[in-house]
Amino acid sequence: MLLRDGLTRLLEAFDFDVVEAVDNGPALLPALLRHRPDVAIIDVRLPPTQTDEGLKAAIAARAEIPGLPVLVLSQHVEPLYARELLTDHVGGVGYLLKERVSDVEQFVSTVQQVASGGTAFDPEVVAQMMARREPLGGLTTREHEVLRHIAEGRSNAAIAARLFITEKVVSKHINNIFAKLGMPPSDDDNRRVMAVLMYLDAGPA
Amino acid sequence: MTFRLRLLPGMTATADGVFAIGLGLLNPVVLAIWVIGLVLSPIPALGPEMLGVATTVVRWRADLERRLSTRAGVPIRRPYLPPPAGAEVGSARWLRWIITDPATWRDAAWLLPGALVAMGLSLITVAIIGYGLIGVLLVPLWLFLGDLRFGYGIFWPTAHLAEGWLALPQGLVIVALGLIVAPLTRATHLRFARLFLAPTRSAGLRLRVARLTVTRADAIDAQAAELRRIERDLHDGAQARMVSVGMTIGLAERLVRRDPTAALKLLAEARAASTTALVELRHLVRGIHPPVLAERGLDGAVEALAMALPVRTDVTSHLPGRLDTPVESAVYFAVAEALANMTRHSNARSAWVALKHADGVLFVEIGDDGDGGADAERGTGLHGIERRLNAFDGTMAVSSPPGGPTVVTMELPCVLSSPKI
Repeated sequence: MLLRDGLTRLLEAFDFDVVEAVDNGPALLPALLRHRPDVAIIDVRLPPTQTDEGLKAAIAARAEIPGLPVLVLSQHVEPLYARELLTDHVGGVGYLLKERVSDVEQFVSTVQQVASGGTAFDPEVVAQMMARREPLGGLTTREHEVLRHIAEGRSNAAIAARLFITEKVVSKHINNIFAKLGMPPSDDDNRRVMAVLMYLDAGPA
Repeated sequence: MTFRLRLLPGMTATADGVFAIGLGLLNPVVLAIWVIGLVLSPIPALGPEMLGVATTVVRWRADLERRLSTRAGVPIRRPYLPPPAGAEVGSARWLRWIITDPATWRDAAWLLPGALVAMGLSLITVAIIGYGLIGVLLVPLWLFLGDLRFGYGIFWPTAHLAEGWLALPQGLVIVALGLIVAPLTRATHLRFARLFLAPTRSAGLRLRVARLTVTRADAIDAQAAELRRIERDLHDGAQARMVSVGMTIGLAERLVRRDPTAALKLLAEARAASTTALVELRHLVRGIHPPVLAERGLDGAVEALAMALPVRTDVTSHLPGRLDTPVESAVYFAVAEALANMTRHSNARSAWVALKHADGVLFVEIGDDGDGGADAERGTGLHGIERRLNAFDGTMAVSSPPGGPTVVTMELPCVLSSPKI
């Protein structure tokens, strides 16, 4: 409704091609499978049932097309849903509060992040998921902070700006994180996703 | 083992019979007190007091019978109407409450016939067993007391000692017969008592109405308090913030030409305030009706709840459909409260929640391996849960011995609507 039209306009203004805007749950999954979009932005709650059809369609579509980038939006964030989005252990997932759209530039960069296979989880859901966790083994507080920002979908430059450090220091931290989590050198993007998955997925002992 | 199992109920029933004879002797005394109280009741000042004492005595006796009967497997509920609110003992309204309650008169009517039936039937039991015991002990009695030739069982009179010995097996058979008969006579006299002491159909309905009145008042109170809280939260939170957002934007509008930098700063402030307002609204919504409950139903919402706990909590659920929204919400908040209590007080390392629906009843069990010692009477949290569930005729029980484990059980009659799609 309001959000769908607004988003369409916003994305078009940033030179995205909106292939289809769907206004109900049953039509969503076929549309996803038909267009195989570079990125899909999906509301958790959709008519006619107003329950979690959007989320279910997103998960179903990713079961059909592994790694199909989806950015799920909702009025509230729920760690349970984040976990469900993460179970396939593939990147290209985002889960944000709807109000994050109001920071237009940040939002657009998040969409790009997800489209390119990254992750973007809302600070609130990350905080909720971390609230009861033991910290990941061996990371310093600073490294944790960096990893949290990666989970929230920030680029190195954005992290550097946030933490008032240089990008060089950021990438040094990131390399330390990869080493400590036991990740062999490989494609940088993929390692970022894996680190986030480990970070968010590590259940309580 | 089967022998002992059969022996025990027979023996307890016999003991109950002996006890019933004693209690039966008490009944005429109780009736006398009641009649005296009733006769003296018109006397000003003293009379009502006397009637009060007499009624207390009668009800004590009737309640004792109900308790014994319930323990013996013939449950009898209390039929008394609740006392009128605010009526003092001995006042006219209080007197009317005693006099107009049919249970008062039924209690009194039971005292004598009840005693006769209970004593008569119990005497039969006692006589059979007594006669059997005489048979068992006939020879020793004979030897100690001398000549006892009056006869026993099928030998009449007992001609010589050999026939005397034969009284032993006969006596055993008769004792066994007595032990079989004892539970039957007990059940019969208790059923007779139930005719008088149980609530009549209309009294049962009146009790139900009284209970519904209380739970309805509780439910309305709770709802009103909830609405007040929401109103306050909105008023102090989101509403106030939106006012300030509007003001800030208005200010930015005026400044935008003269001082664009300052206007931009104001707009950023307004956006931050609107974000805060949204955070507050989200918290509020979570407290009213958590979105995950609307989206996933009770089992999903409880799972989400368990995920957020610092204690490892396993959720098992067997709910093939959705519950009605009000029930769902009441049970959700009850479970949330119980789990919150658990994390606050129990020092548990792990916990579990089980949801099950069978025969039109929802069963919820919440257990932990913590310290135990939770008390439903003391904790306001647990009491709150009970009130919430009472509105739906639900019940809650807490088992929490010191040292744990604590298990909270909730039962709620309800139907499952359409199976999940």
